[in-house]
Amino acid sequence: MNGVVGRFSGALGGFRLDAEFALEPTGVTALSGPSGSGKTTLLRCIAGLTRLKGGLRVAGAVWQDEQTFLPPHRRAVGVVFQDASLLAHLSVRANLNYGAKRTSAKADIGFDDTVELLGLGPLLTRSTLNLSGGERQRVALGRALLSQPRLLLMDEPLSSLDAASKAEILPYLDRLHRALAIPALYISHDDAEIARLADRVLVMEAGRVHPAKAVKRDALSALSSRERDGLALAALQAGLRPLS
Amino acid sequence: MSEVVWTTLRLAGLTTVLLLILATPIAWWLAGRRAWWREVVAAVTTLPIILPPSVLGFYLLIAIAPQSPLMGLLHPFGLRTLAFTFQGLVIGSMVYSLPFAVQPIRGAFEAMGPRPMEVAATLRATPIDAFFTIALPLSRRGFATAAILVFAHTIGEFGVVLMIGGGIPGKTEVISVRIYQLVESLQYGQAHRLAAGVVAFSFAALLALLLIGRQTDEAVL
Repeated sequence: MNGVVGRFSGALGGFRLDAEFALEPTGVTALSGPSGSGKTTLLRCIAGLTRLKGGLRVAGAVWQDEQTFLPPHRRAVGVVFQDASLLAHLSVRANLNYGAKRTSAKADIGFDDTVELLGLGPLLTRSTLNLSGGERQRVALGRALLSQPRLLLMDEPLSSLDAASKAEILPYLDRLHRALAIPALYISHDDAEIARLADRVLVMEAGRVHPAKAVKRDALSALSSRERDGLALAALQAGLRPLS
Repeated sequence: MSEVVWTTLRLAGLTTVLLLILATPIAWWLAGRRAWWREVVAAVTTLPIILPPSVLGFYLLIAIAPQSPLMGLLHPFGLRTLAFTFQGLVIGSMVYSLPFAVQPIRGAFEAMGPRPMEVAATLRATPIDAFFTIALPLSRRGFATAAILVFAHTIGEFGVVLMIGGGIPGKTEVISVRIYQLVESLQYGQAHRLAAGVVAFSFAALLALLLIGRQTDEAVL
């Protein structure tokens, strides 16, 4: 079994998580659901940042079971947080290398390839302090990939970005999606984003995970509502009538 | 004259270095998750700010006297007493300045928040590795503030050093005690020279602190 199988249950404050899920060995799985449904908590459990009872196997390795709990630094996991969380005292290059220097895994994901894939070349020598939101997320993504993860976790990486930054980073995420050879879990509640970037979707509700569904893809679903409006307007101007 | 300045600077320097090392784990622990008994420990470490130096000096003197249980533990190592010694003065200064080291470092750790350490953990850094490569550099302003405060506060102490050091020239006599003795013996000229030096130094230390505090363009996170 090369994918990811996990289940976590337990209470955190007033919230109860009771989640069971599985991820295919490759491809992006979106994790969707209303706020407060436990998406971030589940992600933190997978990364080992929050400890609840349960089990987790990633690519055949046990990260957690009754007897085992690997601390986060012993899990081959790449995490992209909502706010990028770049290390402020380090340059972009040093941020990218922080995890790379500390992993003993074979470098399947090369530095130059990652820089090329995410367009990080012009940023390398810059400090992290005056990057745009989109640039920060690209650096965070590159940093996570270079730690040679067996599983990539992304917690709403686009939610704090304005429309322009989103438009700028989406093509990079498309390319990553095509190039990525490991499973990825992508938290989002934007349907257009999910339709564009994910292969499957898991929906959470009140701490539980519904079974995975394939993402339905048609010509329009990958577009943002603004792009759809634009197309509709163009169609009207061309003399087409909306269906009644 | 230069002997008393050297004793003072040696005391302040040694106290600063040792206290930063001691205060760092205490501040780290205090900056962790909230629990009411954590504040009990925080209150104990802050106590020297409000205790009269004579109270602190009195208890310290008892603690480092030959018949104290603490010194009893050290008897096998050939130590009978630390009262009226330079080492005793260093210990007393460390206790006296402990809050000035713990508070700024704790504040810096709290301002940093848990996220950078979590990021480091997901990038395979062990907790110790992450502490030295992430937490310390991100909290460097807190450490600089603590170092200046402790050094300046040690130069400025009087009551505790007098009580546990006794003002022995060349050994435990520091600038503040010497000024007191010079004034007692009406040697105002000499007292002026030392006192003006302390004022100038203290002003420079405070200015340095304010300049550190102004560097807000460097976001901590």
